[in-house]
Amino acid sequence: MFVIGERINGMFRSVARAIRERDANAIADLARRQVAGGAHALDINTGPTGEEPAEVMTWLVQTVQEAIDIPLSIDSPKPAVVAAGLRACRGRALINSTTGAQERLDALLPLAQEFGAGLIALTIDERGIPRNAAARAEIALAIVARAMETGLPTDHLYLDPIVLPVNAAQDQCREALAAMPTFRTLCEPPPHIIIGLSNVSQGTANRSLINRTYLAMAQACGCDAAILDPLDKDLMDVLRTAGILLNQEIYCDSYLQSQPA
Amino acid sequence: MPVELMRESWPGKIFTVTIGATAAEGGTRARTVTVGGHAALPFLPGDAPSPHRPLVAMEVLDAVPPDWPEHLRGPLADVIGAPAEWARRCVDVYGADLICLRLQSPHPDWQDASPDAAAATVRAVLAAVPAPLIIVGCGHADKDNEVWPRVTEAAKGERCLVGVAVPENYKTLVVACLADGHTILAEAPIDVNIQKQLNILITEMGMPPDRIVLHPGNASLGYGLEYEYSIMERIRLAGLQGDKMLAQPMLAIVADEAWKAKEARLPETAMPVWGAAAHRGPAWEAATAAAFLQSGADIVVLLHPESVAAVKRAIADLTAVPAGT
Repeated sequence: MFVIGERINGMFRSVARAIRERDANAIADLARRQVAGGAHALDINTGPTGEEPAEVMTWLVQTVQEAIDIPLSIDSPKPAVVAAGLRACRGRALINSTTGAQERLDALLPLAQEFGAGLIALTIDERGIPRNAAARAEIALAIVARAMETGLPTDHLYLDPIVLPVNAAQDQCREALAAMPTFRTLCEPPPHIIIGLSNVSQGTANRSLINRTYLAMAQACGCDAAILDPLDKDLMDVLRTAGILLNQEIYCDSYLQSQPA
Repeated sequence: MPVELMRESWPGKIFTVTIGATAAEGGTRARTVTVGGHAALPFLPGDAPSPHRPLVAMEVLDAVPPDWPEHLRGPLADVIGAPAEWARRCVDVYGADLICLRLQSPHPDWQDASPDAAAATVRAVLAAVPAPLIIVGCGHADKDNEVWPRVTEAAKGERCLVGVAVPENYKTLVVACLADGHTILAEAPIDVNIQKQLNILITEMGMPPDRIVLHPGNASLGYGLEYEYSIMERIRLAGLQGDKMLAQPMLAIVADEAWKAKEARLPETAMPVWGAAAHRGPAWEAATAAAFLQSGADIVVLLHPESVAAVKRAIADLTAVPAGT
């Protein structure tokens, strides 16, 4: 399971403050703690900022790279900000994210190609959020087809079936899960399947419990990457345990004490 | 017609472990050996060339049992009882890559030798050979725990591989190896889950995962070989898939089990159709070792000079670069 830590996001108040004050230590510390928690990559999102977002993105990427050496997921709705992040990134990067909308694919597929980056693709398009698994699969197919035309290796694609808050769109939690196995059959090598996990519990009273329950369900459906909070120990324990139950890691009594692979 | 070979790549890599320390590294060895570093299954250079070939260690015992097979005793008769001489011959004459010294005499049921005597044997062997050393205890937990600290101290800084740590008895050995700069040999009895568990327990005591070598059990041809083979293969696959608690080089102690087989021991009078008894034992040992090499063994520990020669030839053939590449 490929874990992308979600905490370096300007939507968090402490991160917004660190950005405003250019507090490199606070950002570096957050990066290190997420890696220690089991993150394989870190998402970098400037959040809403009064400053030039490309500049903020560049500073964040540089600051995080000073502290740790793992792939970064450059997270912005603006292609120009994504490009700035990719340019600053020394190692492997992911782009977070495109959708199935033509305009976004046109802007982001070439960037993924140019920088050899992974591309997270949400299965929504001009028509909005699909309402069932079949509609998600249809958009996924269109994204895969475009990627193949462009020459992006299909295993650089991270298809996201769109996880919605359980309190707002309860029926969609199941539809997203049902879409996952269909994504895997679209091409060879199959695309990765990723979820933005915390969305499922947005605005609910039991966030951590809902997150970790849904994570285990998603893993069983073939999800092999997630953007989540690696500082949530219970969540990370469930992730390891589900990996054991799915025969992705060899069991032993102390498996939780060992460093995650 | 050209055949396109399937190539496999793996996300993980086997740890690289060096045994022995030169003067510059705080020891007295003339040479060190390095195993591991693989990014593919054994002998598939097309997938990923292995940086380090498998090695042959020769076993030297400080005491041999009275019923030791005649054909094993034969070529070593004049050095039995003199471990330093025995070790020297293994390195100088038989070309052993390293020596595996088994300290059997401290066992209470054998000679109940003192820890100091065991330490003296270690010093003598270290002085006799330039090669790196593997040191294995007698297997009696309480006595091993008395002997190990003295032995690791006697070899301080030499970066020996010392064992065997087992799930029921590993703490003393871990502490001794950490204190004196040695690497640890961790044994689980043909059980991948217990092997992983043991490695986690050992690393939790502060031993880095690249200072562990795995010994996944004891078996020989016809006597459980396929179980050990498949466990070793499974360990290696897990390591290559990224499980750091199973990504260590592996060692197989071959001689002990191979020479227990009746095929290796029975005289010709008892079983004439099996052919010359003098060659059966070495053949049994070599065939067992060859199988373990295929399943990922990085070090095979052998006793008989003939099987050593055969296994060294097999390794040379398997690691030779084919003509035209």
